[in-house]
Amino acid sequence: MQDPVIVEGLSRCFGDLVAVHDLSFEVHRGEIFGMLGPNGAGKSTTLRMLCGILDPSGGRATVVGFDVGTEPERVKQRIGYMTQRFSLYDDLTVEENLRFYAGIYGLSRRERRARVGDALERSGLAARRNQLSGTLSGGWKQRLALVCATIHEPPLLFLDEPTAGVDPVNRREFWAHIHRIATGGTTVIVTTHYMDEAERCHRLALMSRGTLLDIGSPEEVIERRRIRIALVLSPDVAAAVEVLRQHPAVDEVAPFGDQIRLATLGGIDPVVLAHDLLDGGPGVRDAREIAPNVEDAFVAIVHGEARQEEHG
Amino acid sequence: MNRMWAIAWKELIQVRRDRLTMAMMVGIPVLQLLLFGYAINTDVRDIATVVYDQDHSAESRGFVRRMQATGFYDLVGPVESYAEIGVALRSRKAMVALVVPPRFGADVEAGRTAHLQLVVDGSDPQVVASATDTAMSLAAARSSTLTVERLERLGLPTSIPSQLIAMQPTTWYNPDLRTAVFIVPGLVGVILTMTMVMFTAMAIARERERGTLEQLIVSPIRRIELTSGKILPYIAVGYLQMTLILIVGSLVFDVPIVGSIQLLYGLSAFFIAANLALGLFFSTLAKTQQQAMQMSFFFLLPNILLSGFMFPWDAMPAPARWLSLVLPLTHYLRVIRGVTLKGSSLFELRYELIWLVGLLTALMVIASLRFRKKLD
Repeated sequence: MQDPVIVEGLSRCFGDLVAVHDLSFEVHRGEIFGMLGPNGAGKSTTLRMLCGILDPSGGRATVVGFDVGTEPERVKQRIGYMTQRFSLYDDLTVEENLRFYAGIYGLSRRERRARVGDALERSGLAARRNQLSGTLSGGWKQRLALVCATIHEPPLLFLDEPTAGVDPVNRREFWAHIHRIATGGTTVIVTTHYMDEAERCHRLALMSRGTLLDIGSPEEVIERRRIRIALVLSPDVAAAVEVLRQHPAVDEVAPFGDQIRLATLGGIDPVVLAHDLLDGGPGVRDAREIAPNVEDAFVAIVHGEARQEEHG
Repeated sequence: MNRMWAIAWKELIQVRRDRLTMAMMVGIPVLQLLLFGYAINTDVRDIATVVYDQDHSAESRGFVRRMQATGFYDLVGPVESYAEIGVALRSRKAMVALVVPPRFGADVEAGRTAHLQLVVDGSDPQVVASATDTAMSLAAARSSTLTVERLERLGLPTSIPSQLIAMQPTTWYNPDLRTAVFIVPGLVGVILTMTMVMFTAMAIARERERGTLEQLIVSPIRRIELTSGKILPYIAVGYLQMTLILIVGSLVFDVPIVGSIQLLYGLSAFFIAANLALGLFFSTLAKTQQQAMQMSFFFLLPNILLSGFMFPWDAMPAPARWLSLVLPLTHYLRVIRGVTLKGSSLFELRYELIWLVGLLTALMVIASLRFRKKLD
């Protein structure tokens, strides 16, 4: 079966600004696909093009079997889309918002009643069904926005920074819910700039300044960078940082409280390196290796690019 | 269809919850009606008048009495010089002055032409016309009477009529020539133009500002479903306003509805919908609700000036008349004045109907085409 999303050389310019440049990737059925990058990386622009509400400047994308450039309306019936602004009508109640979105997706009266009742129960919003959406807390708004975006049970769901401004507890619950949706066979594409959220995706696209930096499972993305991380305790943190920074194999030295987070490239053991460099000078009180995360990988890529630019 | 009703239902809930909009819907028509109804009053009565009588004869006093009896002139006092007339006009104590020269009575008695002078404040042309017309006919009437009396005294036969050609003006459809009867039906059109355009002009701009537009265009809803869904509930609102104005107009200003109410309401639907479609078009141009509001106001002015609401349409220069044809109000004024005042039939209003349907269709197509389901 064809992948629900196939992107080939997709680009988008706003005047002189290249927001998305020559993007290519596929998303497989039933996976949670994360797009990670800072603000301005082109994540939201990409999502909007895939939803058919923004015309690409170049390249093409096939979503649920239809070209978004030529048949955007056929794409729209089969996707759900939730923005970071939680596009709800503040002056409508929880239930009215649900009924409205069920209505504009053309659900019949019967389907509408069944799905709205079901969604209210499952989301825990049943007790608040008559509350105006504008008076809901951020977490409840997010939950309502999600059920509104999925009321027509789309096989593909786009979430644009869905956890922006939501507290950590709600964020965890939200992700648990996303995983339940994906288990049911729905494909989910989610943008985020939270690194911990990125690690909960099946596969990731790392983006920066409109280009794709890397793509793969979180483990693959980290593995490919061949970085190793150590936490180093030194009596003289400031001096130790200065010494470590000089070494070419060191990717990053960052003080974390009274510890130093040391990242090395090319598979070099950071604990051995710390002892080699510091024992004669500022000294090492303790050094132990920890597993690198997606954030380390992301930083390593960005640093790598900066180095390449410096050396032409 | 289903999707269109979803939009219409949502709009209705929003209108009902928005207390300010609700208040505007009911408040604007009533308030405007009272303001316009009382302020736009071109019926000229009780014009403040001073008399500079240099004659003090029975004939001069008689003429002044007859002037007063018409109800057009309100005598506010005698003056003794032209200078005093000037003061009275400039201080707005009076707008008209009657000057009776010395020997006026004697001239009349002797059968010579006697002159009267009427000084009128020209800063209000409406007053000038009424004041002079009335005074001229008074003078003409008095002349005929005097002529007949003279002929009788000379012993000539009095069987000849005092006037050989008598013009008898008869006014149909508003016999008392009351302004309110003319203004109130027109006001229905003006108020509907103002509120209807504004409602839909804000409707899409508001969705854009609140970020819900993105959620709408990402749905499979068709453009015509969205535009129709946005228009439908406001047709009901328009009918509500129209009914309110007609009821208040009938109770307060005694404005009759001579023709068929069903015909009036039936034709009004096209006018209301045309204005709503125009509002939607503005909405696709405006980025914010404020811009949408400004456009609605700019649109109102040519409507008031060119439609025939304030100034007689037939007296306008040809280019202005052509321009006015694209305004739905121009055609609707003929419909509503025709039905309420003259009892016009659908057949008599067929061209207005064709124009309104044409404008509505054009505006719906333009609004739907302008509204693209894209973000940029």
